[in-house]
Amino acid sequence: MKTSPAGDPMPKLSCRNVWKLYGPAADKSLIAQGMTPEQIRDAGHIVASADVSFDVMEGEIFVIMGLSGSGKSTIVRCLSRLVEATSGEILLDGEDLLKASSKELIDIRRHKMGMVFQSFGLMPHLNVLENVAFPLKLQGMGAKERLEHAQRVVNLVGLEGREHSYPNQLSGGQQQRVGIARSLAVEPEVWFLDEPFSALDPLIRRQMQDEFLRLQSELNKSIVFITHDFLEALRIADRMAIMKDGEVVQIGRPVDLILNPANDYVREFTNDVPWELVLTAGDISSDRPIPDGIKTVDASAGVASLLPYLAENDGIGVENKESGERSYLTGRDVIAALATGVQTSDTEEA
Amino acid sequence: MLRDRTVFTWGMLTLFVALCIVFADSLGPLAEYPKAYFLPLTDPMNAAMRSFVEAFGTIFKGIAWLLDWPIFVARTVYAYLPWPATLFIVCWLAYLANGRGLAIFAGVSMCYMVVIGYWPETMNSFALVTVSVPMAVIVGFFIGAWGFRSARAHRVIMPSLDLLQTIPAFAYLLPILLLFGFGATVGLVASVLFAFPPMVRNTIIGLRGVSEEVIEAGQMSGATKRQLFWNVRVPSARRQILLGINQATMASLSMVIIASIIGGTNDIGWEVLSTMRKALFGESLLAGLVIALMAMILDRMTWGFANRKRELAGAGDPNTRRSWQIIAGVVFGLIVLAQFIPIMKEWPREWRWEPGPVMNDALQDFTVTYRLALEAIKNFSFFFVMLPIKLGLQEAVSPFTWGFAMSPLVTGLYALLVFAICGVAWLRDRQLIAVVLALLGICLYGGLTNMPWIALSAIFVTLAWQVGGRNLGLWTVAGMLFLVLTGIWEPATTSIYLCGVGVLVSFVVGSAIGVAASENDTVSAIVRPVIDTLQTMPPFVILIPFVMIFRIGEFTALLAIIAYAIVPAIRYTEYGLRNLPEETIEAATMIGSSRLQRLWQVKLPLAMPSIMLGLNQTIMFGISMLVITALVGSTDLGQQIYVGLGDGDFGVGMIAGVGMAVIAMIANGITQNASKNMQRKLGMQVDELA
Ligand SMILES: Nc1ncnc2c1ncn2[C@@H]1O[C@H](COP(=O)(O)OP(=O)(O)O)[C@@H](O)[C@H]1O
Ligand SMILES: [Mg+2]
Repeated sequence: MKTSPAGDPMPKLSCRNVWKLYGPAADKSLIAQGMTPEQIRDAGHIVASADVSFDVMEGEIFVIMGLSGSGKSTIVRCLSRLVEATSGEILLDGEDLLKASSKELIDIRRHKMGMVFQSFGLMPHLNVLENVAFPLKLQGMGAKERLEHAQRVVNLVGLEGREHSYPNQLSGGQQQRVGIARSLAVEPEVWFLDEPFSALDPLIRRQMQDEFLRLQSELNKSIVFITHDFLEALRIADRMAIMKDGEVVQIGRPVDLILNPANDYVREFTNDVPWELVLTAGDISSDRPIPDGIKTVDASAGVASLLPYLAENDGIGVENKESGERSYLTGRDVIAALATGVQTSDTEEA
Repeated sequence: MLRDRTVFTWGMLTLFVALCIVFADSLGPLAEYPKAYFLPLTDPMNAAMRSFVEAFGTIFKGIAWLLDWPIFVARTVYAYLPWPATLFIVCWLAYLANGRGLAIFAGVSMCYMVVIGYWPETMNSFALVTVSVPMAVIVGFFIGAWGFRSARAHRVIMPSLDLLQTIPAFAYLLPILLLFGFGATVGLVASVLFAFPPMVRNTIIGLRGVSEEVIEAGQMSGATKRQLFWNVRVPSARRQILLGINQATMASLSMVIIASIIGGTNDIGWEVLSTMRKALFGESLLAGLVIALMAMILDRMTWGFANRKRELAGAGDPNTRRSWQIIAGVVFGLIVLAQFIPIMKEWPREWRWEPGPVMNDALQDFTVTYRLALEAIKNFSFFFVMLPIKLGLQEAVSPFTWGFAMSPLVTGLYALLVFAICGVAWLRDRQLIAVVLALLGICLYGGLTNMPWIALSAIFVTLAWQVGGRNLGLWTVAGMLFLVLTGIWEPATTSIYLCGVGVLVSFVVGSAIGVAASENDTVSAIVRPVIDTLQTMPPFVILIPFVMIFRIGEFTALLAIIAYAIVPAIRYTEYGLRNLPEETIEAATMIGSSRLQRLWQVKLPLAMPSIMLGLNQTIMFGISMLVITALVGSTDLGQQIYVGLGDGDFGVGMIAGVGMAVIAMIANGITQNASKNMQRKLGMQVDELA
């Protein structure tokens, strides 16, 4: 990759200035003229995504969050080329995906990409095992081999016993497990999930999120995960982007977004967040020295897990394993952060 | 404002029609178009057809020869297979499709066919169906796939399908008969032509209906274009495509039956007609029952395959392979056995069950015993309903039937009555209804077939224009002119009258039954199997019982039309009323509406688009039955088509056929648009029922 200085890890997937316009005469020239999304909209076109750029690192879970209609599906479909971007670059391992011929694209999809859909997108005429084996069948893999392979993936997502059921005989959660298994059958390197759990009941959704994290800890894929649920994004994301009207508003770690929302739009989302679940000890501790005889925890420890100890003691020591920095966190700090989280972080920075 | 203009338009129309009727005598060619000016189309058409046949006849003869082969093969195979073997195969297929119930039903039905002695004829008809369905399915599928792919093709295909489906069955046969000559091929070609449109329609609907995500999932699985179509889209649309096969099969069967009536071949349809002509109604009914059973088996079987819950296990599955081996073994065994046991090869004549004569006697007894009642029913309907609509009160009312003449006094009283009713409606602020009632009152006085053509045309054109806009209005003008100029106005009005009365009764009674069925599950459970059965019947079969009791004539035709056309009226009304947005009904309940209020003020208005589609289908069913009733001597366009068919007179038959199609298309256009307008107004979407 030309732009990244040698030594820096190269992003697995990067999205550079991607635009997608819909409309009768919507083409590149509008963008080349340097028009803003508003101007293009005023000209009567639909701007589904506007100048979107982000990188996804190897093994990273990158979440795109936004309200419905904000262009999340469009951008993930541009990444997988289900939708052709109007302009921009999409680099997979440094190669521009948009330049791939349709034959190369099919090859890439057969070996490098997997995608999970909101309404599952299962083939109604195939049973669970056949659905999972379907991508392998398209590649021309023999029946025995592909069914064996599919069986392993089915076991991985916890569907053993339902192999011969048809999609309409399964619950939503089970159907999405099939969708996940199918997308994993080709052992992809990048994994797209477009609101995979949005169609599920809250309890099941929670369970599926845990399941997803467990899978990822085993598989270590590079992931683009779409959701409209901020809390889901917080639970899952390594890093996340917030989208509005086709544009990326802010990119960063969940905690960065919470502590430093780029604007009121982002702040709106962070307002409802149960801070104690998001903030870590390192986020809100102060540089005072740690008194003797006090327990020390890692900086990444969630604040919620410290509450019982803080109820009994004045404070707790915090140690950042990587930098070796040590700091002190009192109950008062926690209360202050929970009460006026945003200001706390502001004053901290100042 | 819009309302006022509509009321004004209809008011002017009413005035115009009234004037036309009053001054009919002085309208001259505007009342009755003079014979001398009929467009002389028949002779040139016949000449053109003749030279076409001369030029290309050999090609068609060649095609006919080619097509004879599969028919020959199918017939030979069915003739060779001993009936127990065929019965066994069909039962097994029925079992696969729909379980034990259907298998038993198929078995019993086929035993009946054997014992009653119609086995060879049945197999001959069945052979045609088995050859024509795959052809129709393949043709229909590929045209459908093409229409799915290309928007331009779609724009051409859809109206062509509408046209093909409005052309009456007999009219199909005429050119085919002339091109291919007599024989089984005619039935085959006609039934393929008749059966492929529903296949096209269902293929397009199915392919379009596959959800975008399934397609995307296919793409992400790395499907090539071809794989995406054949491995993802087509199998996902499987159910709809199989429903297409179901409809194609039923259309094919009904055409095979009609064709065999015309062709006079050794088919089960011919058996029905020839016995009917000899007044052997018992035999006729027994043969008709064979057709009915065949239709039901085929329908349930193809439907069952479309709606199977579990998939057929793959061909590689050892269980499947075993059962295939068993089937093959049993069939082979039966064939061998049949070489030694003659009754398995051919059911002996003397063992036949022949209840025909007994039934004829019973029928005789019945008609004699209840002659008075039957006559009374017939006469009452004829003199007090049919004649007035046909000829108008001005001619229908006579001292002989009504007990008084249409004297000026009576006419005045009638006018007063109509005026009073309209006045009440007007005062209740229902101006449009008042005007329409006045129009109806005037029409009833003038009579459908007696009205000057300009008046009746004006009514249709206004209606079409109001409902469907300028395009439909102009089409209607063109259609009316066609009927007038080609000289088929008179039979055309007879068709309109017969079909109109039939549709009116079907629609009123049918909707009432539909309402009852939607409100009451017991009624629904009783009605459902009856209409399902009626719906699967080839229309010809429905004629039989009515001919038995009322003999030939308009009244019989009318009853047959009603029996057939009532089905969609019931189905759509019930469907519409049962599939309303739940919350709206709950809201109406919570407001404190009574059940009747809810029905009249909430449910019916909301179900109107669906009921309107029901009316559309009622008319279409009515017209397709109307054509068949030519066989029992109605004197309308259908009869002309039939005559053209009998005489091989292409011009006469074709013009009548096109005339019928014109009427059908206008009626279709008006009712479809009416339903669409209502859907738009209510912001909902209603689809045609399969
Ligand atoms: N095929 C299309 N034609 C026109 N507009 C589209 C199309 N697909 C998406 N859009 C528009 O693009 C915007 C973003 O849509 P989408 O990416 O589906 O949003 P999200 O997935 O965030 O809900 C929406 O305003 C939508 O109406
Ligand atoms: Mg979306």
